Amino acid sequence: MIRSYNAKMIYNLYIFDKTGKLLFYTEWNRFKQSGMSRNEEGKLMYGMLFSLKNFVTKISPYDMKQGFLCFKTNKYALHFMETPSGLKFVLNTDISAQKVREILQQLYNNVYVNYVTRNPIHNLQDSIKSELFKSKLNSFMKQTHIYLSK
Amino acid sequence: MARQTTKLDTKKVSAELFTLTYGALVTRLLKDYENIDDVNKQLERMGYNIGIRLIEDFLAKTNCGRCYDFRDTAEKIQLAFRTYLGVFPQVSNWSAANDEFSLLFDNNPLTEFVELPDHCLNLKYSNIFAGILRGACEMVQMEVTSWFVQDQLKGDNITELRIKFIKKLEDAIPVGED
Repeated sequence: MIRSYNAKMIYNLYIFDKTGKLLFYTEWNRFKQSGMSRNEEGKLMYGMLFSLKNFVTKISPYDMKQGFLCFKTNKYALHFMETPSGLKFVLNTDISAQKVREILQQLYNNVYVNYVTRNPIHNLQDSIKSELFKSKLNSFMKQTHIYLSK
Repeated sequence: MARQTTKLDTKKVSAELFTLTYGALVTRLLKDYENIDDVNKQLERMGYNIGIRLIEDFLAKTNCGRCYDFRDTAEKIQLAFRTYLGVFPQVSNWSAANDEFSLLFDNNPLTEFVELPDHCLNLKYSNIFAGILRGACEMVQMEVTSWFVQDQLKGDNITELRIKFIKKLEDAIPVGED
């Protein structure tokens, strides 16, 4: 099956808590897996983010607060958002996607806070199993401008 | 989904119901724990558990970033009281090192219908605030402690909540990194 890699697309999403635990992972379009367990992959991702954040801040000619925002390869772009409370959202998209940070911010404001933080039976240290969260997340993503269903 | 959220926001709970519910909670605690100090501790713990969640809601609502200094924090705490309780505490009495300040309340929505009976004069009726502040600040890498210096319930003119910065909590380092 031939797929176009040029279309605007959301690939996958990771949510980490402040200790680096992978709270949530989901994918929309992922044509190749990394070949390791999700857990390992999460650790690798978090380690990379941690080092990159440090690196970016150290190398910066100015003082900055939110240094690392995204990086781009020739096939995908990784967008990163960290809340002051240490939650980390990572969204991989194709390279043409614009204004992804706004989407991450909305995802946090309207989906995460409403269906995870405000869910009293959810323990904040546990990974997110809530079906409600998953379905809300899905419908949120589907209405964003970078989502393209195939 | 967005529609649902706005619906929830416009449906406000009556302030009296809130005040009375809190009163019922404290009364229940007083019955369950014989010792007033234990009640104070329980209220603080409940507040802590509220605080660690409330902070996410606050961050999402206000879109604010990290604080530059503790004065910045004070302003945000003030804003939070306004957002969630509709009270406007005054920030004052800064310590010389800028690590301690007071919030002065003219009125406290929790204590509107309350009069402390003689046998629980050392009850910190609004101690839930102290817990909320500790929980919320802990989530944004700050350890703080707070206590009531003056309380209208105990005959003072105003209610004064003193907040002290203890230390900055460091970001967690992933396993296997230095």
